[in-house]
Amino acid sequence: MTGALGGLIASPRAWVAILAIGAITYGIRLSFIHLFGRIDGVPTRLQRPLRYVPPAVLAALVLPDLVTPRPSVAATLLDERLIAGLVAGAVAWRTEDVFATIASGMLALWLFRFVVFA
Amino acid sequence: MRGPVLDEDLLAGVRDVSPLMLGIAPFSLVAGIAAVDAGLGLAEAVGMSVIVFAGASQLAALELLGENAPLAVVVGTAAVINLRMLMYSASIAPHFADYGRRLRAGLAYLLTDQAYALSVAEFDENPERSRWRYYLGAAASLWIVWQIGTVAGVVLGAGVPDAWGLTFAVPLVFLALLVPAMKDRPTTVAGVAGGAVAVAAVGLPLNLGLLAGALCGIAAGLVTEVTAS
Repeated sequence: MTGALGGLIASPRAWVAILAIGAITYGIRLSFIHLFGRIDGVPTRLQRPLRYVPPAVLAALVLPDLVTPRPSVAATLLDERLIAGLVAGAVAWRTEDVFATIASGMLALWLFRFVVFA
Repeated sequence: MRGPVLDEDLLAGVRDVSPLMLGIAPFSLVAGIAAVDAGLGLAEAVGMSVIVFAGASQLAALELLGENAPLAVVVGTAAVINLRMLMYSASIAPHFADYGRRLRAGLAYLLTDQAYALSVAEFDENPERSRWRYYLGAAASLWIVWQIGTVAGVVLGAGVPDAWGLTFAVPLVFLALLVPAMKDRPTTVAGVAGGAVAVAAVGLPLNLGLLAGALCGIAAGLVTEVTAS
């Protein structure tokens, strides 16, 4: 690890990436928040699809981290991440408790990684 | 619109976001550790967490930086991952439309998956809430924990064993937000379709599978809504 100051000088590549990603990301975040403050309201044609943004986007973020398609169905299903994800999903569905969801998911992962599949 | 900042609505945002910190704290640790793994120092790690402040894209960018990928690929991949926030911006914008330009510019900086998902759910349920204060309570709490966690990750670095699977906290955070968002048939179909397409498209370059999944999920939700009525 380089020191804080050494790092500043030593990796201009990283800084270019950080600044570019930061600028683009802020532009994305600001886009409609800025625009809809200028024009009056959201076009009605946009309102219906926006209702599906949370489930669609969150699922697209979650599932690839839990499921890795493998040659056989058994190998795909017997994956500690998928099993832990199913446990956490069931807890989320039954309790709607965020803390319990995350805790049960981590505990299930450790149980399968260190005990069951060890 | 303005008044004492530390009020009930702000504290409600802080309170509602706090259980998520169980997942956000390890997520931010992982961001710090990943920065060290990519050969970066504390300044870059914190610089990235402050300037970018978007975990999933930070992890992807750090991995690519560590592999010496071309800068255009690093930036392009992170940008594609963060394009989902265009949808968050559009979705939350009507709630912020009455606020001044500078306040909106500040609120936009703090926009994250978690602040977005919690806030739109709350605005739906409790329309009388001060929206910007509730959002600020949640979003600023996330920001503070994210920065502290990044520093801790850099300092602890390799001291945290891989086997603990801290990276698994990342999908768990999103899962805890996803399940309550699937509250009826069309939203459930949107989630199932979005997840399935994202898994199938995981090999696409620049992480485009995420965007493909999101768009297909939205389309599936709309189709379900139309066919049901």
